[in-house]
Amino acid sequence: MSNPQTAPLSSPATTSVPTRTSALRRFARNPRLRKFMRHRLAMAGLVTIIVLTLACFIGPYLLPYDELYIDLRARFSPPLTGAHIFGTDPLGRDIAARLFSAGQISLTVGFLAMVLSTLIGTAIGLVAGYFGGWSRVGLMRVTDAFLSFPSIFLMLTLAAFLRPSPTMITLIIAVTSWMEVARIVEAEVRGQAGRDFTIAARMIGAPHWWIMFREILPNIMGPIIVAATLTVARAILLEAYISFLGYGIQPPLPSWGNMLNNAQQYLDSAPWLAIVPGVAITLAVTSFNFIGDGLRDALDARSVN
Amino acid sequence: MSDPILSVRNLTIRFKGDGRETQVVHGVDFDIHPGETLALVGESGSGKSVTSFALMRLLPEAPRCRIDGQIRMGGTDLLALTEPQMAAYRGPRIAMIFQEPLTSLNPVHRVGDQIAEAIRFHRKMDRTAIRARVLELLRMVGIPDPERRMMAYPHEMSGGMRQRVVIAMALALEPELLIADEPTTALDVTVQAQILDLLRDLQKRTGMAMLFITHDFGVVAEIAERVMVMYSGRIVEEGSLGAVLERPRMPYTSGLLASVPRFEDAGQSKGPLGTIEGFVPSPDKLPAGCSFHPRCPQFRPGLCDQRMPELLPHGRPAHPVRCLRAPDLSLVPEVPA
Amino acid sequence: MKPLIDCIDLKQHYPIRHGLLGRQSLAVKAVDGVNLQIQRGEVVGLVGESGSGKSTLGRTLMMMEKPTSGSVIYDGKDIAGLTHAGLHPYRRRMQMVFQDPFSSLNPRMTVEDSLTMPLRFHAPELSAAQRRDEAAETLERVGLSRSAFERFPHEFSGGQRQRIGIARALMVKPEFIVADEPVSALDVSVQAQVLNLFSSIRQTLGLTLLFVTHDLAVVGHIADRVAVMYLGQIMEIAPTRALFTAPAHPYTETLLSAAPQPKAGPRRARIAMRGEPPSPLNPPSGCVFRTRCAHALPECAQERPALRPAPAGRGASHFTACLRDDLSLTPAVTETPSPRIRTPV
Repeated sequence: MSNPQTAPLSSPATTSVPTRTSALRRFARNPRLRKFMRHRLAMAGLVTIIVLTLACFIGPYLLPYDELYIDLRARFSPPLTGAHIFGTDPLGRDIAARLFSAGQISLTVGFLAMVLSTLIGTAIGLVAGYFGGWSRVGLMRVTDAFLSFPSIFLMLTLAAFLRPSPTMITLIIAVTSWMEVARIVEAEVRGQAGRDFTIAARMIGAPHWWIMFREILPNIMGPIIVAATLTVARAILLEAYISFLGYGIQPPLPSWGNMLNNAQQYLDSAPWLAIVPGVAITLAVTSFNFIGDGLRDALDARSVN
Repeated sequence: MSDPILSVRNLTIRFKGDGRETQVVHGVDFDIHPGETLALVGESGSGKSVTSFALMRLLPEAPRCRIDGQIRMGGTDLLALTEPQMAAYRGPRIAMIFQEPLTSLNPVHRVGDQIAEAIRFHRKMDRTAIRARVLELLRMVGIPDPERRMMAYPHEMSGGMRQRVVIAMALALEPELLIADEPTTALDVTVQAQILDLLRDLQKRTGMAMLFITHDFGVVAEIAERVMVMYSGRIVEEGSLGAVLERPRMPYTSGLLASVPRFEDAGQSKGPLGTIEGFVPSPDKLPAGCSFHPRCPQFRPGLCDQRMPELLPHGRPAHPVRCLRAPDLSLVPEVPA
Repeated sequence: MKPLIDCIDLKQHYPIRHGLLGRQSLAVKAVDGVNLQIQRGEVVGLVGESGSGKSTLGRTLMMMEKPTSGSVIYDGKDIAGLTHAGLHPYRRRMQMVFQDPFSSLNPRMTVEDSLTMPLRFHAPELSAAQRRDEAAETLERVGLSRSAFERFPHEFSGGQRQRIGIARALMVKPEFIVADEPVSALDVSVQAQVLNLFSSIRQTLGLTLLFVTHDLAVVGHIADRVAVMYLGQIMEIAPTRALFTAPAHPYTETLLSAAPQPKAGPRRARIAMRGEPPSPLNPPSGCVFRTRCAHALPECAQERPALRPAPAGRGASHFTACLRDDLSLTPAVTETPSPRIRTPV
């Protein structure tokens, strides 16, 4: 079939090779990047996340109120009252200010939980997939055990016994959400371990750590990145969940979850108390999911060449 | 000579993608006559498989792919047919077999049922008649114990047996033309030999014509009477088996032939094999003039890089050759002293 | 002369777990009692069809997998029982070239990294610059220029990638290379380029080569001696010319007659093989080829024939695993040379 040869003509003595281009231009012309940029929802998600992150981390400096300032005269102001763009809460605190500083905590917890769980999952998946045999059986059974245990109960139990600081919540979420990544990595590693270049490295006498980290890992970054992106979305949701139930981030520190918790008794009289953090959670979670979808399509080896 | 069973005129195929149009087949003409085997030889990227897919109308639809020219079969231009009309041609008139028999068989159905399906789709026949026909076909392609084998699933068979099933399926409706796209490339040599014998034998019995696509001149010599050599989407040499294999006139053909190690020289040091330097150019970056000139040992500057040569008769016996230097070159076989 | 490699009754069996308790009951005998000597500087071709165990034999010689039993004497020392660490010094002396140029190079590594990597583990005393110089020199030896260094495998054609694969194998300056179907994924004209490259490096570097392939013509071109495998066993082993002109085993005769030759004119008579390939789980008793052999006798089922000197004055280094010495088998070529196509200058 017409299988266009990408490289130019060769001569026996020295074969000419494709002309060099700068790394930046090569990156800009990267078909995967271009494919990602063509994915509308993923790009919308990326823009949303950037805007949301900027708002959370820069917004508080631009607002006239800070998140702890109590103005009892302005209690339950609906959105767009004076300078309170999202209104105020039962204590007259500015919701926009609270939303943004809550976002700092929620996004940070989500992001750090993703980093940790991805590290745990990748390490377990790499070892299980590469060494196989009993290490695989053992590690993957542990993974299955974690998966089969309803993680929300595990989380609530842990949260009930441990002092729920943001650090602790991050750790708890990470410990209960690495399994997906571990399974993906294990399957990918097993596929790569049988390929000739891995065998060639073994034949050369390269040590195991080299083969795992230098030969195999770079080839499975795609699926790991996709899984990691989706894990952020899940971690944000989990944090909101346990904080909503009161076991997560404790007031007065705001988080999107505990803002919802505070809002539930005023759903009739002041619905914006719930709607504003609810929309923030939804936006963040769907955006990360869309980015994950876009990355999955763009990084799929079968879709590019 | 009898009327051709299939005439291809000025067949041109372009693919569109990423805002670019790439022409992969450039004005190909050929005829296939009843009962003959025509081999289409080329390396990967020559356009040989695309050409065969075009004959079956198996290429993607209009915006992604544009096919121009004519493919005439018995007064009808296949390119002008609607898809349902074309479907009536596939099977009873033209059939095709592929390199990897596993991909043409559905793994979840028994092979007998799959052959029956191919018949039922085109002919109104009752169950017992179809079953009898399936058995007859399996026997015809040399499958031992057909009553038992028709109940087997594809994965229960060896590669050679599967390819026999695929051939039985292709021949179920007695097509006038069989297109075989590298049907033996994935098989072991001994199995390949059996399949080639089978195809030759079936052709003798049914009188069908065959277009045999391959990259292997050895297989060509086994099966074909006439050979077309394709390079970068064009036919560059065409002629009888003897003319092309023994007295090639196009430097590409002779280069390919020289690069094949021969049994005669086995174990005797005859020095390095002949090679064609470089490789087939990408279809969107064809060189000016003759597409082969950058690799050609006979390249003459100012001539070969100026215009594309026509396909004109040269040599003895005279046969169409696409080379500007054909008149003044003699690529005669060398008889060692 | 003492051979560089001497494998003695080498077996590589893969157990198949059966039943609920996973008891081993059957095994695929991929390599089943192979004796093969390879002399220093020699090119041995190993031919066979799929399932013959030729690739497994090559990989077992490389100690990619521990053999089930038997020994591989490498330069006087049995390496079959060595540990990962014990094998390390031998890894530098023997290397492998793979079939698929698309999978044998790490797609995320530049050519430079792929080539200098072996030296990290085998010549740690070299500086990065020295490693790079070595790599450039080797790259030139296989016909590529240093400008290939920063590129990734996908930027090269199949033939170029195979050259890079060969260069990687050469980086540690091995004395022995196993090439597993190194040209079968390549286009005809590119195949010839790579075969010529093998011939030239073999000559200039004095390499010992085991060339594993299904293609008899390729073996005829490159090998000094050819071993023919069927169902895990060697059927015949002979100097190349002798194998083509006077085959002594019916399987060799069948293989030779089946290989298509690019020649017009009358077709050679084909020796048909009877029946269907036997299951590798349950090979025939006695001679494994007897169920497909046109010359099989009842006694062929009795006992597995060992390799023995071929009959009828075929020369001292010609061995066959066939009981019968009364056969007159059809050669692939007779001694008269044939015309070749010449490309005029």
